[in-house]
Amino acid sequence: MTVLGVLETEPGGGAADASLRALAVAGALAASAGEDLAAAWFGPVGAVDRGGLAAAGVARGWAIGPDELSGYAPLAWARALAGLASAGSSGSAAGPPGGGGPVSAVVAAATDHGNEVLAHLGAITGLPMAANCVSATRTGPGECRLVRQRWAGSLLEDAVLEAPLALLTVATDAVEAPAAGGQDDGRPADAGIGVERYEPELADGDLLVRAAESQQRRSGVSLASARVVVGGGRGVGGPEGFAALEELAGLLGAAVGVSRVVTSEGWRPHRQQVGQTGTKITPELYLACGISGAIQHMAGCQGAKTIVAINTDAGAPIVAKADYAVIGDLHEVIPALLAALRERQA
Amino acid sequence: MEICVCVKRVPMVGGSIAVTADGLDVDVTMSGFTVSPHEECAVEEAVQITERLGGSVTVLTLGPPEAAGQLRDMLALGASRGVLLQTDGAEWGSVATAAAIAAAVRDGGYELLLFGNEAADTGGYQVPVRVAHLLGLPCLTGIKRLEVGAEDGDGPRRIVAAREYRGAEEAFEVALPAVVSVKEGINLPRYPSLPGRLRAKRAVIETIEPSFAPDGLRKERLRVPAGSGKRAQVLGSGTDAVPALVGLLDELGILS
Amino acid sequence: MNDIPSRARAVIVGAGIVGNCLAYHLARLGWRDLVLVDKGPMPNPGGSTGHASNFIYPIEYSKMMMELTRDSTEQYKKLGVFSESGGLEVARTPERMTELRRRCSAAKAWEIPAELLTPAQVRGLVPFLDDSVILGGAHFPTVGVVDSLRAGTLMREDAENSGALTVLASTEILGITTAPDGSGAGRPGGRVTGVRTTAGDIETETCVICCGVWSPRLARMAGARIPLTPIVHQMISVGPIALFADTPGEISYPIVRDSDLNMYERQHGGDMEVGSYAHRPIIVDPGSIPSIEQSVLSPTELPFTQDDFDPQLAQALELMPDLLGDERAGVRYAINGLISMTPDGHPAIGETPEVAGLWSVAASWIKEGPGIGRAAAEQMTGGTPEIDIHEADISRFYPHQRTVAHVTARAAEGFNKMYGIVHPAEQWESGRPTRVGPAYDREHDLGAVCFETAGWERPFWYESNAALLDRYAGKLMERTGEWESRWWSPIINAEHLAMRDAAALIDLSAFAVLDVAGPGALDAVQYLAVAQLDVAPGRVVYTSLLDDRGGFRGDLTVMRLATDRFRVVTGGATGQMDLKWITDHLPAGCEAVVTDVTSAWTTLGLWGPKARDILARVSPDDLSHAGMAFGTCKEVEVGALTVLASRISYVGELGWELYVPMEQGGKLWDLLWDAGQPDGLIAAGIGVYGTTGRLEKGYRSFGDELTADFNLVEAGMTRPRVKAQDFVGKAAYLAQRERPPAAVLCTLTVDDHASASGELRYPLGGEPVLGPDGAVLTDSRGRTSYVTSAGSGPSVGRHILLAYLPADHAVAGAALAVEYLGERYPVTVAVAGSTPLFDPANDRIRC
Repeated sequence: MTVLGVLETEPGGGAADASLRALAVAGALAASAGEDLAAAWFGPVGAVDRGGLAAAGVARGWAIGPDELSGYAPLAWARALAGLASAGSSGSAAGPPGGGGPVSAVVAAATDHGNEVLAHLGAITGLPMAANCVSATRTGPGECRLVRQRWAGSLLEDAVLEAPLALLTVATDAVEAPAAGGQDDGRPADAGIGVERYEPELADGDLLVRAAESQQRRSGVSLASARVVVGGGRGVGGPEGFAALEELAGLLGAAVGVSRVVTSEGWRPHRQQVGQTGTKITPELYLACGISGAIQHMAGCQGAKTIVAINTDAGAPIVAKADYAVIGDLHEVIPALLAALRERQA
Repeated sequence: MEICVCVKRVPMVGGSIAVTADGLDVDVTMSGFTVSPHEECAVEEAVQITERLGGSVTVLTLGPPEAAGQLRDMLALGASRGVLLQTDGAEWGSVATAAAIAAAVRDGGYELLLFGNEAADTGGYQVPVRVAHLLGLPCLTGIKRLEVGAEDGDGPRRIVAAREYRGAEEAFEVALPAVVSVKEGINLPRYPSLPGRLRAKRAVIETIEPSFAPDGLRKERLRVPAGSGKRAQVLGSGTDAVPALVGLLDELGILS
Repeated sequence: MNDIPSRARAVIVGAGIVGNCLAYHLARLGWRDLVLVDKGPMPNPGGSTGHASNFIYPIEYSKMMMELTRDSTEQYKKLGVFSESGGLEVARTPERMTELRRRCSAAKAWEIPAELLTPAQVRGLVPFLDDSVILGGAHFPTVGVVDSLRAGTLMREDAENSGALTVLASTEILGITTAPDGSGAGRPGGRVTGVRTTAGDIETETCVICCGVWSPRLARMAGARIPLTPIVHQMISVGPIALFADTPGEISYPIVRDSDLNMYERQHGGDMEVGSYAHRPIIVDPGSIPSIEQSVLSPTELPFTQDDFDPQLAQALELMPDLLGDERAGVRYAINGLISMTPDGHPAIGETPEVAGLWSVAASWIKEGPGIGRAAAEQMTGGTPEIDIHEADISRFYPHQRTVAHVTARAAEGFNKMYGIVHPAEQWESGRPTRVGPAYDREHDLGAVCFETAGWERPFWYESNAALLDRYAGKLMERTGEWESRWWSPIINAEHLAMRDAAALIDLSAFAVLDVAGPGALDAVQYLAVAQLDVAPGRVVYTSLLDDRGGFRGDLTVMRLATDRFRVVTGGATGQMDLKWITDHLPAGCEAVVTDVTSAWTTLGLWGPKARDILARVSPDDLSHAGMAFGTCKEVEVGALTVLASRISYVGELGWELYVPMEQGGKLWDLLWDAGQPDGLIAAGIGVYGTTGRLEKGYRSFGDELTADFNLVEAGMTRPRVKAQDFVGKAAYLAQRERPPAAVLCTLTVDDHASASGELRYPLGGEPVLGPDGAVLTDSRGRTSYVTSAGSGPSVGRHILLAYLPADHAVAGAALAVEYLGERYPVTVAVAGSTPLFDPANDRIRC
């Protein structure tokens, strides 16, 4: 049997960080069942680093084609995965081409794409889909125990999934990315894995919904993948208050994120929102300034390795959830911090 | 243009969520209820579309009798009809929810079915997609920009919908009818006016009692993640804390 | 952040308007080493202050509440956080118009500007109001709004800057520690020794709970009860209001109270706040108030329940159709705000009776906060507050009144009265009956109509006495006005006349009975009472208790039962307060024990010219004037009962208070009842005892005439000599005797009852007394004259009013007027001083 991890690829090539995190959960699921871990992606065989996959414990891979499928088409992608997963299951139990046996689970990152594709896969197969899993263990044939996020991670749910094919997405802010190049199973990393081409049969209309992706990307550091995020909340006081935060972000190579109240007040655009209804971030450091720490916001930043809160109120929820806190007015602390950092740079 | 917006009643939560003693539910003793933020935007979007193009907005929810309150909240924002798929309050899975919604809207003559991208509580991400499959309609999710084209001649109306993905815009174009799930940020929802509240209060809510079917995903227990409730190490107060803060940034390797 | 002190002179818990003001006033009065703790952040820790609508209406029927509000307003003005906006109350019904007239008359009594307006005049002030839905309004130009958070901050920082105060924000109280009370005062919960907080422990002997809706929870930590409950007040904020876009500041239009709807509309910047007291009472258990973390907004801003607000919505829109009906204005904020409510609606101030050193300063509105903070600080400093706050004394509550069941039932009942038209005699419905005397069933059979005092059911009159109405037709001073007919019956006056003709049996079970016994008993009572209590055993002495400024603190009778035993009898309403006052003021080292024996004894009053004949019929003892003089008490046999008979009177007739063990009260009733039938004995209610009989005799009543604002000289109650022994308030009393009184308590009679419409009207009390120029009389100390008590005098055929008048108007025969429901009625000063109108020589008593 095989656990199939679905990889998204980066525009510049290689598997997305989120997918690698998801793959770690898929690998653990496979290990718990003594199954193989396989990976599938849309695009050419060489779209991902096969050595890296081997290091991540992947036994084999499928590059799903034809090439027009490498453009995002959620239903077609799901159809392809359904085909891959069901190959052999109705016949000789041989599983998809390449060996490893029938697919017992399909695991993707809980991104917009991963969730959408697996939802379609659930609809196609008529099976349940568990979104935002943090861990999964096989407990029997057709049965897994899951831990999944609710309230965007403010609560955890212990759940049982009963399905011949487990469909899972992984809340990537809650799991660690596998260490780059780390390997200890003795397999040579550069050996890579065997990859086969898989050409699905599509149904009419499967390509009706296809993304036309703009080539323009926003400049600056992307919030979702930023290493440092400087956050601003109600305490910033108004749109003009963000100048200092922008400057600090510039000095730290950080992206600016904001709380929901800031976007609902119209102080900053919604795409900068960190939170349950905005972007989930996974930086090394999140510097939360004037943010009270409502659930909605914490759901977006709990993937940060270290949270430092600057807040006038020592009783604010964020202080209870941060790792470090400065109790004070950000309008005094930030300028002083900027001065200290500039002095250091000079 | 007839639009149906599906919303879900969820508790209003603050900075921490408590779980009931049996671990099966969120403790809502002192909670209010609302709809998921994405859904509030879906209603706003629908109201704006009908304000522009004519037609009316139906809001639909699956939930306990009290969920009629959330329908009225949405009616106050400009929806004109409410449909309650009434349950006994037990949590329904995505498969059964989608089936009940699809059955309820199938013959409704809706050109557009709007959803929030995911429910605030369960975060299942799949009801709109499943509904689309059941109805044989195209489905777009995570939408943050929606343009509804004019009716042109005999052809169906088309929509262009877009979302942001990894720093770039992904745009989709499909013909209606379609299922679209939207995300907060697509618009800034309005506040209910008092006349709106009055209309909502007087509106008749249509009630349907769908039958429950369990699916394969079973909740066993809810819990608060470990680590909640720790307290931060206070680096200091006001500007006096800046040296400690710089030291910390250094230690974390941010300044290198 | 401050380091936590290990010791404090006092720990104040709660940094809302009350806690901040208290800290300020304590510091001003010289307190040092104060600590103010709040579990929330500054300046808005999340209590009710943070979401208050912050407006101040100065009009109150309670003098105490009016004075607290007035003082608070002055304090807010001094802090620069008061903006005068004016306020309007509008009437949609004729009943409300009458109420507005009453309010304007009350305003006049306190010299508060007020004016009745026509609908068009109302619209002139509030152009967005639809004047077709109202019958009129009352304008109170001195209404205003305050910034209560700013006020609290300024006061707190002032105390901090003076070095007197340490503030611990975001610090939660985990416990209040106590130790057994060594003082012998017998506090069941001991005394405070410290508080435990999330920041560490603090030793202190004084802990003040200013925690608003959380107060009951804090008090329970020390084993005490603060009888209040959180209750929801709904408020929404609608905006942006186009009309307000260009108005300067926070408020440019008067606040409108739409009292018939139990709602108000108050401009707040660009929004209109709409508050409601119309919804069902939504009581919240203090234990279930969410934590700061769990709260969406704050712990006291609970989620709005639309269904509760909706029913009034259409009518609210009628009043301001264009403004509130604007489709572009949205409900931007809507809360179920938590406020504190006590069983009687008054604050709960003072040291708790259960635990020494544990103080409550709770259940305050924004409009009283600073005044309450000051009064409590004065009280804690050992003095008497400048404003008489005995109606807010936390010790007024009996044990049953401190229970959750009672508090929640009364709060629920009182909630919708917030903007209601509440008659001064209006009775509560919930939780009755709770305390009944042994004759309750017999009285019930006689058709007793009971009023409640401190939980006791007291017959006010007996429907079975309706038969007397014919007998006394023409003398009953019957009322046709709806307002003064409420909670009243002409039967009261018939009972009065029957008592004066023959005799009446009056149930006085509600008396509080306190025994003071022990070797130091005499010293104890001497130190408390003005009157000389070193009298022969068997004497009964009527005396006042004074506070240290010489104001009235109590009014009671004391029987000396033995050389070392005194029985103190006081009113049920004040019994718990008197008990605490007496135990608190036992001289140091005094060997006396105070025991509350109220539940052991019941009292029946038997008065009237036939009283001696009746009692003699069932008693072998010598009851003659020679054998048992007025002002004496002794044990007598009545049938097979031994009865403590006390020959005094509050109704101006020969007779006795008869005390028997509670379980024998029914038997005593039967014996007297049967014995009295040949002489025409009737059962009479408290209507006679407390009003008609009393007023004809000019007897003063605690809380009405006898308040901390007036003194023995002004009340006409001085005796020729002052006893040599020291007593509380003696120095002040001696000084008062040296000065001519600024005001004199007078008995007035109404000369003409006819209103403009020709209907005869009867003032009920509280009315302003006007001079010939139509202005309210004001004495040299700035105190206005108002009617302290009012009622029929059936035997003198006059409606009697008591009022303190400025000395120069306190002249028998002086012609004055009172304003009642907006109209003036001529009155004449019948007696200046304490001479009774009826039987001035007291021949009927001393015979």
